[in-house]
Amino acid sequence: MAFLELKNVSKSFGTSTVLKDINLSIEKGEFVAIVGFSGAGKTTLINIIAGLIKPDSGTATLNDLEITEPGPDRGIVFQNYSLLPWLTVYENIFLAVDQVNPNWTKAKKQEHVEKHIAMVNLTPARDKFPKELSGGMRQRVSVARGLSIDPQILLLDEPLSALDALTRATLQDEISRIREETHKTVVLITNDPDEGIYLADRIIPLTAGPGATLGPSFTVDIPHPRDRKAINHYESFKKLRRDVVEFMLNSKHDRHHSITRKLVLPDIEPEDLSVPRTMTSWRKIPRRRSEVKEETVEVDL
Amino acid sequence: MNENWLKKIDWLILPLIGAMVCIGLWHAVAGKKTYVLKTPASGLEEMHAGLVQALPNGEEVWKKVKPLVAEGKTEQVKSFANGTKIWEAVEPFVEEKRVGLIAALPNVGEAWQSSKPYIAEPFAKRGELDQGILRFTWLSLILVAKGYTLALLIGTPIGFFLGLSKSFTKMTDPIIQVLRPVSPLAWLPLGMVLFLGAGKNASELAALFTIAICAMWPTVLNTAVGVRAIPQDYLNVAKVLKLSRWKTLTKVMIPATLPYMFTGFRLSLGIAWLVIVAAEMLTGRPGVGGFLWQEYNALIYEHIILCILTIGIVGFALDRLMSVVERRFKTA
Repeated sequence: MAFLELKNVSKSFGTSTVLKDINLSIEKGEFVAIVGFSGAGKTTLINIIAGLIKPDSGTATLNDLEITEPGPDRGIVFQNYSLLPWLTVYENIFLAVDQVNPNWTKAKKQEHVEKHIAMVNLTPARDKFPKELSGGMRQRVSVARGLSIDPQILLLDEPLSALDALTRATLQDEISRIREETHKTVVLITNDPDEGIYLADRIIPLTAGPGATLGPSFTVDIPHPRDRKAINHYESFKKLRRDVVEFMLNSKHDRHHSITRKLVLPDIEPEDLSVPRTMTSWRKIPRRRSEVKEETVEVDL
Repeated sequence: MNENWLKKIDWLILPLIGAMVCIGLWHAVAGKKTYVLKTPASGLEEMHAGLVQALPNGEEVWKKVKPLVAEGKTEQVKSFANGTKIWEAVEPFVEEKRVGLIAALPNVGEAWQSSKPYIAEPFAKRGELDQGILRFTWLSLILVAKGYTLALLIGTPIGFFLGLSKSFTKMTDPIIQVLRPVSPLAWLPLGMVLFLGAGKNASELAALFTIAICAMWPTVLNTAVGVRAIPQDYLNVAKVLKLSRWKTLTKVMIPATLPYMFTGFRLSLGIAWLVIVAAEMLTGRPGVGGFLWQEYNALIYEHIILCILTIGIVGFALDRLMSVVERRFKTA
């Protein structure tokens, strides 16, 4: 059985089905990107893996253990950073380290925190509060916090979607580098196919919602470390991108929407202007369709 | 250049103008002490009738002269005999009279003159209800501090429970909505009844009870709103890290709620300070409110104005203080 396994997972909120029949298996040490349209249910999917929400049907297992609740064996980097604003960078990470490794000595905890701050190049901002940091820096803190608890799997929920293009590229490189260093199993949720292909070993598109499901898995056979500039010229990169995007767009076109609408015609008969108006006919204008009791139709036979 | 300079200090000038206008209005409607020269005039009007109007007749003269003679005011009788007019012999007297739109209202000068000893010696203690104004303020503040602390200690946990539990909210919401608008004046008698057994401390305990129960509502409601407004992201962080309930409360929920809580604390303090005056009035405890009521009963209206101003200034200062503290706890 795979390291992380989702079997026939479905989830609906109210009457709308968000995810339907999700099957996913990820091996240890893999970097898998899941691409999907916004609103397709990507965050729901990662919340199920994280254990923050329970699937309606189907099972999610990590290391053969069913996921029933969130836990520090799955580190999450949230889309909106989710740093505690009353704690500094150091304190935010320390809270996590302290919680997961309560038996460590204080010096060891401190060293561990410092190591992770350094890993995301934030040592100068160590004592700053989140509000004093830029979006990119905040997300780095979030990544550092996610890694500092040494999770078995790192879940990245659209970590870069709120950032500008340049910062995004820099952080992509950093995620790539950190991943090379730590060899963690990573699930990246993104809405950018390029980002998925650039970072991941495998990319799986999520069809458009509602009732989204996972498409076929595309293996990215470009060796690490990848060069951002060179990668654009790889034939396999171009083909992969075309395939993924095509699949996603097709999944959108496949949906036939049928809408039934009740049409109500105005309850009024057109006035026949060829008939001269008389005093008696005045009162009967406008004539209602519902008032017409009988109709004479002339048929030529 | 000139306009710039004016703009720069209009924060000072405009409020000053406002205050001056207000004081001017007060002074305009206030009463003034005047002295009216009066003679016991009842008889004089009649004297003026007659051919020679000014000349009193014999009976009148005798009426006036007789008591003078009896009192031994011979000088005046003599001067009268020497040809002085009779009404000069009758001693005019000075009567104090207050005039003005609201005659009883003391004017600025009077209020100042009468309040001066209380301000000049703010900590003097001449009697139980005759103390320097700051001493009174201090007594009131101590009582407020006690009642306010009680309100926070009771109100904050209730607010937390309200924010955390929907069923608890549904259960207690009608009670809160009914009790919240009850005036301090209505709570105080109940407090007195509750602490009848306390003997000498009854009035203080009743006052504390009233302050606590009136001042706690803003804390309760704001804390509840704050707890409900904790972003799900923060709670998710706590869940992912598997923080214990206690740690979630102290490390995530309380810090996230603090800004709301402090808004509640600030409003509560304002109410506590309002209530103290009412409580002191009714219980007759020494303090700004008690002093105010006592001086009203003693017809020393000047001190009412002194008390009102003191209450206002202290209330303002407390509010400023709380807003500074509140700002310190503002996150994000």
